[in-house]
Amino acid sequence: MAGAFDLDGQVAVVTGASGGIGGAIARSLHAQGATVVLTGRRREALDALAAELGERAHVVVADTTEEGAAEKIVAEAEKLGSLDILVNNAGITRDTLAMRMKDADWAGVIDTNLTACFRLARASLKGMMKRRHGRIINITSIVGVTGNAGQTNYAAAKAGLIGMSKAMAAEIAARGITVNCVAPGFVATAMTDALDEKQRDALTQRIPAGRLGKPEDVAAACLYLASREAGWVTGQTLHVNGGMAMI
Amino acid sequence: MSDIAERVKKIVVEHLGVDEAKVTENASFVDDLGADSLDTVELVMAFEEEFGCEIPDDAAEKILTVKDAINYIQEHG
Ligand SMILES: NC(=O)c1ccc[n+]([C@@H]2O[C@H](COP(=O)([O-])OP(=O)(O)OC[C@H]3O[C@@H](n4cnc5c(N)ncnc54)[C@H](OP(=O)(O)O)[C@@H]3O)[C@@H](O)[C@H]2O)c1
Repeated sequence: MAGAFDLDGQVAVVTGASGGIGGAIARSLHAQGATVVLTGRRREALDALAAELGERAHVVVADTTEEGAAEKIVAEAEKLGSLDILVNNAGITRDTLAMRMKDADWAGVIDTNLTACFRLARASLKGMMKRRHGRIINITSIVGVTGNAGQTNYAAAKAGLIGMSKAMAAEIAARGITVNCVAPGFVATAMTDALDEKQRDALTQRIPAGRLGKPEDVAAACLYLASREAGWVTGQTLHVNGGMAMI
Repeated sequence: MSDIAERVKKIVVEHLGVDEAKVTENASFVDDLGADSLDTVELVMAFEEEFGCEIPDDAAEKILTVKDAINYIQEHG
């Protein structure tokens, strides 16, 4: 008998699988039996992860902001059987105070963190609707709910993802497709490596659990939402932040 | 009955899971065949795929019955 959260025979697309959190998400879905489609722009990092995972791992190099990328990624996944799980994890930051923010910093973050996620979700829906099953998981951020100085673009995009997920969830709930968000707090990855030690200490002080998050903390939340067991959970945001914000 | 009509009806039967006998030319997707708004979008997408055409939103809104669909595809397919 299959164990809890079993994903045997399912296909999952993870964007930004070349990054810290995306890599952990891909590993955890794969460990439960899913076939994973690893996407990102850096081929070496994706190939290395695919080699580590062995069977059931496929690399699709793509810049999700490019026109046609979403359709290409979905088509590759559908070739492997059927696209069951989409994890929109690719994301960037271009931090600076609003007064200093360039249009390009604003647009770049909205394009990557919001528009590209919409396109991928839209492209995934067709097959999911037909099969009456699907899981769409959007990686948002604590900052999309609490705000953060220096991140007007990022907070807007991440809050946008939450609204988008709720609207989409309402549209397609009757077809067995769920759309949810996972909102990490501060997780130790390349994205937070930019902080110096003082900033890091100050940050840790604000986390009741007393440590930064690990990519695996986020991956576990994704695995739950990807599972059949979570079929009645939709339009929600699961906060994974060590208690930093209780919302 | 034309080939297009046959194919349209087949799609309707498959997508809405209704009895073939109910899919008459005058049947309304919503009122007679129990389609909801998402069903009608799915039907339009299925027609587009089957007949290799694009049905713009304003035209799709006017496709309310089986006959509307057949007529549209005969004219534009
Ligand atoms: N770390 C945190 O504390 C934290 C907190 C809250 C939320 N998050 C969110 O978690 C997600 C993952 O972040 P991370 O911390 O793992 O950062 P990361 O290590 O920098 O990973 C980001 C990933 O996004 C991919 N990516 C960026 N732009 C892309 C594009 N245009 N096309 C395709 N892939 C693109 C990158 O792949 P390539 O470089 O190969 O293109 C990379 O794999 C992001 O959405 C981030 O906003 C992170």
